[in-house]
Formats: sequence, structure tokens, C-alpha cells
Amino acid sequence: MMDKAKKIVLRGRKVVGGCAEGEALVTRDRISGWGGIDPRTGTVIETRHELRGVSFAGKVLVFPGAKGSSGWSSQFHVARLAGKAPIAMVFNEMTTKIALGAVVAHAPSVTDFDQDPLQVIETGDWVRVDGDNGIVEVTKKN
Amino acid sequence: MKLAADEQAMLEGRQGKAKQKAMDLLVRYGEALGAERFVDTNNVCGTVGASTPFLREYGQKHGGLDAVFSEFNLDSAEVVEIPKVAVRSSHLQQGIDPEHAERQGIPVEVVKLHRRGEVYSAGLGIEMLNTCAPYTVGNVPAMGEHCAWMESSAVIYINSVLGARTNAEGRESAGCAMLTGKIPYWGYHLDENRLGTHHVELDIAVENITDWGLLGYYIGEVVQDRIPVISGVRQAPDLPKLKHFGAAAASSGGVEMYHLAGITPEAPTLEAAFGRNKPVMTFRYGKAERRQAYEHANITGRSPNVDFVMLGCPHYTLDQIGEVARLLEGRRVHENSELWIFTPRQTRLLADQKGYSKVIADAGAHLMSDTCSALGRVIPKGTRVAAADSAKQSHYLPAIMGIECWFGSTAECVDAAVTGRWNGGLQ
Repeated sequence: MMDKAKKIVLRGRKVVGGCAEGEALVTRDRISGWGGIDPRTGTVIETRHELRGVSFAGKVLVFPGAKGSSGWSSQFHVARLAGKAPIAMVFNEMTTKIALGAVVAHAPSVTDFDQDPLQVIETGDWVRVDGDNGIVEVTKKN
Repeated sequence: MKLAADEQAMLEGRQGKAKQKAMDLLVRYGEALGAERFVDTNNVCGTVGASTPFLREYGQKHGGLDAVFSEFNLDSAEVVEIPKVAVRSSHLQQGIDPEHAERQGIPVEVVKLHRRGEVYSAGLGIEMLNTCAPYTVGNVPAMGEHCAWMESSAVIYINSVLGARTNAEGRESAGCAMLTGKIPYWGYHLDENRLGTHHVELDIAVENITDWGLLGYYIGEVVQDRIPVISGVRQAPDLPKLKHFGAAAASSGGVEMYHLAGITPEAPTLEAAFGRNKPVMTFRYGKAERRQAYEHANITGRSPNVDFVMLGCPHYTLDQIGEVARLLEGRRVHENSELWIFTPRQTRLLADQKGYSKVIADAGAHLMSDTCSALGRVIPKGTRVAAADSAKQSHYLPAIMGIECWFGSTAECVDAAVTGRWNGGLQ
């Protein structure tokens, strides 16, 4: 009963199909690909980023969107081959960088939500991303 | 997505496996964007090189350069034979300069691999411009031309200054566009997405190239990936200033298009730049904002002992090389420091003819091509503190290489190289 009460469902649009679930890593800062992450470890390296030094490997990455160099997709592509990509992506702002990055990361991804995922999801929450149906289920950690 | 007959044929494999893989990726990408169709392009700038360590290793393990193209340009783990490109394609900057490999700390076997890669790419029909600034060496898109370009500093330049139409493509989408001549018709390809969103009013004169970099760095932070319209520009900027401005705005934010009211081609007036858009925000740029941009661009600078000065981000034009030659005339780079200057090969030829290259070499500095410090991760061994006259380079280099980096004018950077000390400051 408690679990059910704590579950929140967000509805959006499919970016990349497939399903994945895991722990959320949430940031309010946009993420740079090339020069912003180390794809071999999945760690954010940008100097003034709030996630600097934190790895998104195996996490559901929840963020506003992408910024910076057009090397965005190739960095997340390398991260996937290195086994360090996010397992799913949840974001607000559609750009070519993030669309292509999500596609080549093979990460189920959803955008265009009925409510702001950055307001609902916190780091550590358990999140299930159903890319095909554009549904994101959030189980709050507390 | 709605596919035209030729697109459907490629997707069904009727033009071979590689084009099938390319269309498959483009369809997945177009659907991710929410695009409804493709647009034809005959101008692609991308990268297919394999000179970074990860890609080198991948190629060696999985069967060579077709394997690298298959995975990193077509998102295909299956290795397919890559045919010649279907449309005009230019290569962007690479990971090394083979002619300065030793100084860049690149082993001989990597240079051999790199040269093999160049022959491979040229054999596919790609123009090996090897620069982040193809628009300075012959690939100058026309007004309204639909392009598929990578490289954020080049994308913002051709959209804003030339009126060409491109989104910031990635390695994979550009590779697929080379083979198919197709790219999703989305974003900056459409009229309505090119109108201004933010209004920036200048309170101060923005004149020299350092100031244009600071303005771009500030605006990028504020507008992120939206479209700023700048009014109050008193003197129309030249190519190097526009190049620095755009590169800075694309680094601190994700700006891919801007308008200078009364100057750039899609902004004959302030009103035309916004069209039916109402500015979502209006802000001013004055002394305080300039100071903030300067402080942010210098956020990693601590030690005054400069080991390395990097110039040429984006790749220098001939005039910029000329300015450095004038600043270096009769001086020598300090024994504790190095000065590397990056420019396209074609521009280097002209610099040789002008005598700039000799002045630079006589001063103990090095004129390089094909790559840059941040992209190739090439810096002198043991560098702890760098200096650059590019807000973009000072933004990325510390994060990528774990070093400090000062930002200042070209003259301050040359002084730092000659004295081994940073004496720059906001003028």
C-alpha cells in the first residue's frame, strides 16, 4: 500500500524505445558531452557543474538537456561501448545533441512530460522508464 | 517519419548495406527529434577519423576503418563496407598533427595509423580540410543552403553569419548524411525556428576580439541554447571576431544561432530578427557583465607561471597569424614555456608565403594544423598552467586536461609565452 502511494507516473513522448529501471541521478544543470564528461568512466568533468566528479554510469539520468559541443553524441556513444552510459534518460529540452546522443547510447528515453521531472524526481529515487509508451514511473526513496 | 521513395529504397537496402544502416540511424534520430521528414543536403561537415585512443583500439580490435565507420558513424556493430560519400563532405579537425607528432607526444605507430586513416577518408571522397573552421578555407555555404555540419563553433557561424541552415549534427548523423545526402528537416532548417528569442542591448562598445569573446561567453550563459538578438553594435565585426564570439557562446551555453541587428543577413532590422516572436527576455550588457564573463573565463587561473600558450581556437585566420608574428618579431619564447598556434593547412601555406611562419619558428614557437589542444588532448608534457586567447579553449582545456588556464588577449598570451608569466588583466 505504502509503495503504491509513493509511486508517481509521468507521461511524455518516446525518444528512444525500450524499458530500463534504476536509481535516478538528477541535475538542474545542462550537461556538456565533449569536454563535459569523461566517457571512459561516465563522470561529469565540467569545471562549474554541480555533478562534477559524479558518475552517471548505470543510472537513470534526469536533466534539463544538453549543451556545448556537437561531440555530445559521440561521447555518450563511447560511454555506452565502455559500459558507462546512463541506462535511461529523462529530460525536458529537445536538441539534436540529446536526440542523437540518446539514440546512440541505446538508452530508453522520454521527453515532453505532463509535469516537470526535475520537480518530481530526486537523486536516489527508483525510476522505471518505458520508452515505447513514453511512461516514467517514480518510486520515491522516502 | 514520412519517407520519400529514394529514402525508402535506401532503408530497404536496395542501395547496399551501408546506406541501409545510415537511413536506419537517420530514421531513429529523426523520430527521436519528432521530425516529420528529411531534407536533401549537399554539404556535410563531419568526422570519421580514428586518432583518439579509444577509437584506435576499437579499429584494431574489430577489423579496421570500416569497423570504425560502421560503429561510430552508422551506430552499427556489424561491420559493413563503406561506399564513397554521396554528397560534398568535408572533414573537421582531427586528433593529431602528423607533422608535429613528436612535439605533441604522439608515438610513431599512431602517426602511421593516422596517415592510413587520412588515405581511407580521402578515398571515400571526403575533402580533408581537417579544421574546425571550414568556412575559412573554401567550404562556405550559401545563404539558405541546407547543411549537415558538426562543430558547434562552425554551426553557429554558418547559421548566423552566412544564413546557411544547419543543426548541430553529431558524428553519427553527419556520417549518415555523407552516405545518403539526407538529414532530418527540423530545428534550424525551418524559417520559424530561426527567429530571435532574447534581446541583448549593449551598453558598452564591443570592439576588439577579446571583447567579442567575452560578450559571447556571457550571452551563452544567459540564453543557453536559445537565439539572442544583439542590438547597439557600433562597429560591424570582422570574421575573426564573429568566429570568437560564436565559439564562446556555443561553449558557455549551446547557442547555434544569433542575430546582430542591422548586420547579420537574417536581421536587417531588430524587428525582422524577432519576426512574430516577442522577446522572452531582454537584458543589458555593460561593464559589470563584461567583468563577470572575464572572471568566469579565468576561473581556473591561479599560478602566474605559464608553461604553455595555446592560440588558434577556432583555427586562426591568416591575419591572426600575422598579428602573432608581429607580436613575436625579435622576441623568443621563454625556456620554461611553449607557444603553439593552430591554423588550417591551407592557411599555413599562405603564412609560409607571407613570411609569418619563419618569424614564428625563429621565435621558438610552433605553427600547427589539423587538431587543437582540447580536441587532441595535445599539450606539452608536464603542462600545469596554460593561457589562451579563446574563451572556448579556456572553457574546455582545464576540464579535459586537468590543468589551469588563463584567458586574455592575444598580446597578453604572447607576452606570457615570452616571459613565462601571466600578467594579464581586464583592461
